Amino acid sequence: MTEIFGRLPVPIPETKHFWDGTRESKLLLQRCEECQKAYFPPRPHCPRCGTSRVVVFPASGRARLYSYTIDHINLRDGSPVAVGVAELEEGVRMMCNLLEVEQTPEALHLDMPLQVVFQKINDEITLPQFKPAGEVQ
Amino acid sequence: MSTAQVAIVAATETTELGAIPDKSALGLHADAALNAIREAGLKLEDIDGLACAVEDPLEVAFYLGIRPDWVDGTNIGGCSFISHVRHAAAAIAAGHAKTVLIVHAESGRSWQGMRGWINMPHSLMGQFELPYSKLFPPTLFGQPVLRYMKDFGMTPEQLANVAVVQREWAAPNPRAFMRKPLTIDDVLSSKMIAYPLHQRECCLVTDGGGALIVTSADRAKDFPTRPVYLHGTGEHVETPTITTMDDFHSSRSFVRSGRAAFSEAGITHGDVDHLMVYDAFAHLPIYGLEDLGFVPRGEAAAFIWDRNTAPGGSLPMNTNGGGLSYAHSGMYGMYALQESVRQLRGTAANQVEDAEISVCHGVGFMFGAASTVVLSNAHVIN
Repeated sequence: MTEIFGRLPVPIPETKHFWDGTRESKLLLQRCEECQKAYFPPRPHCPRCGTSRVVVFPASGRARLYSYTIDHINLRDGSPVAVGVAELEEGVRMMCNLLEVEQTPEALHLDMPLQVVFQKINDEITLPQFKPAGEVQ
Repeated sequence: MSTAQVAIVAATETTELGAIPDKSALGLHADAALNAIREAGLKLEDIDGLACAVEDPLEVAFYLGIRPDWVDGTNIGGCSFISHVRHAAAAIAAGHAKTVLIVHAESGRSWQGMRGWINMPHSLMGQFELPYSKLFPPTLFGQPVLRYMKDFGMTPEQLANVAVVQREWAAPNPRAFMRKPLTIDDVLSSKMIAYPLHQRECCLVTDGGGALIVTSADRAKDFPTRPVYLHGTGEHVETPTITTMDDFHSSRSFVRSGRAAFSEAGITHGDVDHLMVYDAFAHLPIYGLEDLGFVPRGEAAAFIWDRNTAPGGSLPMNTNGGGLSYAHSGMYGMYALQESVRQLRGTAANQVEDAEISVCHGVGFMFGAASTVVLSNAHVIN
C-alpha cells in the first residue's frame, strides 16, 4: 500500500463501479450508445445528449501526457510532486500522479506516452495512476 | 445603442488593504459595506437587497443590521461579485429590490474568522482530482499553462512579463500591496511554486474586501457620487474540475460570458477604453485577452510584450496592479470591479484619460466559471 499524496476520495453510488474497477486493476470508462463518445467522470447519463443509454467499458490504459504542474510547496519525502493530466486514447482526460519517472521538466515531456498503473491506497481505494509507457513490444 | 437600466452609486474597499490582523472576515464585510452605505449617503434601513458569496448572507445581514427583502448568495468562485451585479440588475428590473448591497471580504492573509475552502471528498473534484493534488490553486490552476506554451510557443519570459507589466501599474498606486519594480529575471528567479509558475506569477495573499451599491439608473443622479452605469453582463459555468475543461487553450466560460456582455451592451472591442481581467495567475490575462476577443488565439503574450496593456498602451489593463500586485484575498472579482468604477469616476490612481467604457471580467474557481460586465460613465452609449 502507498500513502496518498492528496486526500482519500469517497465513492458515491454513481461512481461506485469505477472504484470497484480500479480495485481489480480495471480502468472503467463510460460511453454513450447514441453518440458513441466516451466520457469521464462517471455518471449514469451522457453529458452531451442526456440519454441514459450508456455502457461501461474498460479503457485501453494507453494515454499521453497532456499537461502537468510540479508542486514545489507540498512536498513528498522532501521532494516536489508532479500533478499531471493524462489524455486517454479514448479521448477523456484524467488527473494523475506520474509514477516511475523523475519529477522534473527534463524527464516529463508533453505528449510522452503513458500507461495506467493501479496504486493501492487501502482496502477500499485503489487509484488509477500513470507511468511512462515502455518500449512497444 | 444601449441605455442603462441600473447604476453603481457606491463603490468602496475596506478602509485598509493588505495585512489587517485586527479584523475578521465578517468584520471586513461590515467595514466595506458601511463605507459604501456612507459614501452613498444612505442609512442601513435603505438597503433592501444583499448579495455576498464567501460569508453566509444571513450572517452578513444580521451582523451589519440590514433587513433585505432580496438576497443572492451565489458562489461560483472569485467572479461571484460580478455575477451579483448582473443578478441585482435583474432584481431591480423585476421590482424585487431598489437598493442592493454587494459585499465581499476575506482575511486571506491574517486568516481571522475564515471559513476556509471546503471541498467534500465525495465531490467530483474530491474523487477525481484531490487524491492526486493538494487543494493548492497554483498546482491546479496552472495545469493548462504548459499545454498552452507548447502549442502556441509562449516563452517563460513572455509569461513572466505579465507580472512585470502589472507591477508597472502598481508602482505608483499607494494602495497596491507590492510596488517595487520587477524585471523578467526577478520573476523567473523567484521561488518556484508550481512549475511552470514562479512566486511572482502567482497572486498575492492579502486581507481586505469591497462593496458596491446598485440601484436603478433613474435614481442614480440623486446620489453624491458620479454614477457608473451597467450596460452589459454575462456569466457562464463550465466545470468544477480543471482537468475536464473543454479546451486547455481557451476557457468556454470566458468566451460565453464575454460574448454575452459585449452583445448586451452593443459594443465592439474598439469601444473599450479600460479592461480588467482577473489575474489570479499570470496566464489568466492571456486567456482573457484571447477569449474576450481582443486578440487572436495564441497572440496575447506578444500583445502584452508589445506594451499594449502597459501604461501608455492602447488597451490599459489591470491598472490597479491586479491580483499579482494590488490585492488578492482569495476571491478577487470585487477588487477588479472597484478599479473599473474608479476609472469611470475619474478617481483611479492610474487614471486612464477620458475613460468612458470599462470591461470587467472575472474567473470563478479554476477556469470553472466566469462573469463579465460592461460599465460606462455614460447613461446612454452609442
